[in-house]
Amino acid sequence: MTIDWAVVEMAIPLLAVGTVMTLKIASLAALLGLAGGIALGLVSLGGWPWARWLVRAYVDFVRGTPLLIQIFIVFFGLPLMGWRLGEFWAGVIALSLNCAAYVAEIVRGTVGAVEKGQTEAARSIGMTQGKILLYILLPQSIRPMVPALTNDVITLLKNTSLLSVISVYELTRSGQAIIASHFAPLEIFALLAIYYYAIISVLSWISRVIERRLPAW
Amino acid sequence: MQGLRKRYGEREILKGISFDVMPGQTMVLIGPSGSGKTTVLRCLNYLEAPDDGTIELMGEPIGGAHIGEPPRWTPLPEAQLALQRRKFGFVFQRFNLFPHLTAVQNVAIGPRKVLGLSREAAEARAAEQLARVSLAEHMHKRPSQLSGGQQQRVAIARALAMDPRLILFDEPTSALDPELVHEVLDVMGDLAREGMTMIVVTHEMGFARRVADKLIFMADGHIVEEGSPEAVFSAPREEKTRRFLAHVLHR
Repeated sequence: MTIDWAVVEMAIPLLAVGTVMTLKIASLAALLGLAGGIALGLVSLGGWPWARWLVRAYVDFVRGTPLLIQIFIVFFGLPLMGWRLGEFWAGVIALSLNCAAYVAEIVRGTVGAVEKGQTEAARSIGMTQGKILLYILLPQSIRPMVPALTNDVITLLKNTSLLSVISVYELTRSGQAIIASHFAPLEIFALLAIYYYAIISVLSWISRVIERRLPAW
Repeated sequence: MQGLRKRYGEREILKGISFDVMPGQTMVLIGPSGSGKTTVLRCLNYLEAPDDGTIELMGEPIGGAHIGEPPRWTPLPEAQLALQRRKFGFVFQRFNLFPHLTAVQNVAIGPRKVLGLSREAAEARAAEQLARVSLAEHMHKRPSQLSGGQQQRVAIARALAMDPRLILFDEPTSALDPELVHEVLDVMGDLAREGMTMIVVTHEMGFARRVADKLIFMADGHIVEEGSPEAVFSAPREEKTRRFLAHVLHR
């Protein structure tokens, strides 16, 4: 077996273009997913039983169905509701919705595990549940959450490759395009693996820096 | 407090507790562990909801109200409860300071987020209360940088900053090293002299004797004996009280 180095050389800059798209989608979806997930997680610890129930149902749905199906539902469903956003935003929204559910579970687990005395002390100075979550429990939970959240962001980044099925021109899709025209699948898939691995290594490193920078008490 | 009852599952912890505390009084609750002293405090500010009985603070029923015709006891919603709770300060055995905040922020967060003071005003009030418990120079330390005695004094300042009608102390010195106990008791003694209304659960008999206006001895969910500390300590009427006092005083 010989490696077609010419294709590899040609593919490197082309795949970089796809990488930019992957990073764009992943960072947008991570931002929306984290924000949404933290909000959902806090709601599931909050004082409204009906809202807790809704979040529960949402998380169950997301966990109980394949991401690929969720992507199709968003892609074909949004236009039916009158939103013609195109495949880029359909992809961002699908991944955000998926990520938010997993983040909500992490937030619920971590914030809910803060020692009970903290809640009691906050209640004793007249705080209501919302304020307790926001000012007392959440700030103490950020640091212990970082490793689990990093995991989710890594998963999210890898999941962007599924958007190739709705023809978002991200990293995997750009590789498939090269394979289609040059037929060098092994070279290209190996290159794709290296690209993803490099991106995720950087992510893990950033997460470790953040964890170290955050104060511990 | 009238006829307070509380059960956890099968076990009845409080079997009808009634007492009055007058403004400015310091009432001390003593008794063997498991007698329900802590539960009394936790029911007073509704950290636990009692199963039966009523609590009134300056004529206002706590935790619910008699609403409708005929009047029926209706528990208050959480937001209303929170409003009532801030009239009670609570000092916990294990301090329960907020570890992510400095001493001054621990004290200021109540005035700021609950009373709606500006950050400057809240921190000024916090600094004042910290000075009152002699911690002005430790304002900007986090709880983990403070000794147990200092932490408990921050907790007292945190309660004071809400300008409560009374403060409940739940074994405030039990988690402290013996040499740090006095600094917390001194602060509490000062508060009592300044006319703060206090209900204190403690095993510090010396403190009870010196500071209490009224002493209650509890056992098995009942009030066994109450009176002035002099009366209870020197001439206990009940056998249970005598045995308990003999045990704790001759350790």
